[in-house]
Amino acid sequence: MKLQRMNRRALTLGALAVSGALALTACGSDDTGGKSNGGDKTTPNASSVDCMDAKGQLQASGSSAQKNAVDAWIQSYSAACKDVQLNYNPTGSGAGVTAFLQGQTAFAGSDSALDPEEITESKKLCTDGQAIDLPMVVGPIAVGFNVPGVEKLVLDAPTMAKIFDDKIKNWNDEAIAKLNPDAKLPDLKIQATHRSDESGTTDNFTKYLSAAAPNDWKYEHGKSWEAKGGQSASGSSGVAQQVKQTAGAIGYMEMSYAKEGITSVSVKTGAAEPVDVNVANATKSLTEAKVVGTGKDLALELNYTPKAEGAYPITLVTYEIACDKGNKADTLPAVKSFLGYIASEDGQGQLEAAGYAPVPDEIIAKVRETIKGLS
Amino acid sequence: MDISTQKTTPPPSPQPSPAEQKRAARGATRPGDRIFLGLSRGSGIFLLVVMAAIAVFLSLRAANALSNDEGNFFTTFEWNPTGSPPVFGIAVLAFGTVVSSVIAMAIAVPIAVGIALFLTHYSPRRLGGPIAYVIDLLAAVPSIVYGLWGVMVLVPNLDGLYGWLDEYLGWTGIFEWSGGAPRALFTVGILLAIMILPIITNVSREVFKQVPQMHEEAALALGATRWEVIRMSVLPFGRSGVISASMLGLGRALGETMAVAMVLSPTFDINASLLDPGGGTFAQNIASKFNEATENGRDALIASGLVLFVITLLVNGTARLIIARRKEFSGANA
Repeated sequence: MKLQRMNRRALTLGALAVSGALALTACGSDDTGGKSNGGDKTTPNASSVDCMDAKGQLQASGSSAQKNAVDAWIQSYSAACKDVQLNYNPTGSGAGVTAFLQGQTAFAGSDSALDPEEITESKKLCTDGQAIDLPMVVGPIAVGFNVPGVEKLVLDAPTMAKIFDDKIKNWNDEAIAKLNPDAKLPDLKIQATHRSDESGTTDNFTKYLSAAAPNDWKYEHGKSWEAKGGQSASGSSGVAQQVKQTAGAIGYMEMSYAKEGITSVSVKTGAAEPVDVNVANATKSLTEAKVVGTGKDLALELNYTPKAEGAYPITLVTYEIACDKGNKADTLPAVKSFLGYIASEDGQGQLEAAGYAPVPDEIIAKVRETIKGLS
Repeated sequence: MDISTQKTTPPPSPQPSPAEQKRAARGATRPGDRIFLGLSRGSGIFLLVVMAAIAVFLSLRAANALSNDEGNFFTTFEWNPTGSPPVFGIAVLAFGTVVSSVIAMAIAVPIAVGIALFLTHYSPRRLGGPIAYVIDLLAAVPSIVYGLWGVMVLVPNLDGLYGWLDEYLGWTGIFEWSGGAPRALFTVGILLAIMILPIITNVSREVFKQVPQMHEEAALALGATRWEVIRMSVLPFGRSGVISASMLGLGRALGETMAVAMVLSPTFDINASLLDPGGGTFAQNIASKFNEATENGRDALIASGLVLFVITLLVNGTARLIIARRKEFSGANA
């Protein structure tokens, strides 16, 4: 009897200990041990990086579209400025802007420029200033397709609008055949795939459709897909996966996802020849972009109907968003130094390798000027 | 925090033995008793406070969103809280959530009961342990892994099944397939069925283990075969336990997020066919819209979460009612 009671007590204690340990480990933070400060300073190996004696942690979050670019930048920046620990969390543009406006991050990345309400709200955060958009990365949007026996496919905006609006249902449709006289188009159901999550990619793709095919695309542009019909998948990677494994599928995605067995549509624009999607062609169409932001805000309006030869019309621009005045004193040097580096020739030069296009010279010159004046 | 997987049915516990009952009735109290009473009472109150806090938070944010909604929250087939005017409704989400969970239950419950019966009445002793262990492993797989498996393996290999269903059952209307990628509610149902299998199996197994030996032996003595024993004594005894197990599983299925978000191709449309795109689920919609949601968008998602909360409450309440009505059959619920 006594023994039993002892046993039971031991069991209870054991159970308590185990559950306690579990509870404790469940909320243990994973300590990503940053490098300790105050070591001997190594001289920056990249001459273009100006560390401005910045120190400490720099938190940023936002667009997942620019994640690969930011990763590459952080790598080379950290090599030069050892006293700054940079974290970029690809939470999505909306969440990034929200976190920035609540003062949780030093800057945000977003695929869409700030709207007027957000700018008004930012005046609370930025003392005597406001949040501004700094265009930093150009991401071409590829339209990948999977049609057995078709290696090259040309589409124009109205046909694409009809396909994604479920008006053209079969690959052997006349409208497609007219644009592709040489292709052997099969009798196969078209499976247009859009994003099921909200995304800046959808926003820019629908902006293109409504600008270049206003008669065939009656929907508002926006981060969520409004047309009926078709399939959907989560994230650019989900769309790419869907296109890869489904015969008859077509979908839009960031260019960096349209590789390894995905062929992309050549877009018929106002130019004589259909335009392939690549970095050079995307930069060409950006030269026609206009700055529409006021003051230091450099929000761009893209031209979705370029007539120039080889200008690829479907692109998105990712902005970094920071305060023009009234940045937090402890993060200001790091923000200026990092943004200054990524806008420099060296920083922009890293984009192509990561699958993006650099911002055209005229605009990036303004961006550099603005970053110098951040306070 | 996932509010849709509230456990409301405690795991079956053995009846207290007569000796213990006597000791409790004598009612001596020592400091230990009082401390333990306080601790357990505190835990109970704590749970109620947490649930109330969740409900209040959800209600406040939901009210905020509903006041901005230009459409009818219950009948609109659209989700655009960031548009001008903001329009969003949960009709499609409620449909998709309920339908996919029902499919999952229709597949998982019979299989789970079968496994539980096999483990308790048919399998050799030596095999029972390892099989139960493997089923427990199923429960330990994170849902995102199920999602990956669904996208990479399940979806590409379902064409055949969809084609077969379309050919032989297409006339029913619910198994018509227009040849799209098989990422519809039926696929989600299959995936959810696999995910909720372990919990239903485990609880059912525990219940079947508790069937009084006397019942079974009596039936055997009357010359019943093994199947008749199961039919006459095991199933009636375990019925309410199986129901509560199923409801636990249903709670899981209703709230499953990541796997559904990865596999389903949601559309804001209701389709009579289970094999064509139509419908989304609450949790999937929240997961896929949350990242880019504005303030109002987030409140709208919370409002939809509140509806899921209510649906889960209803499901669990119904389960409790069923169990309460059948209490006399079973020692399987506390």
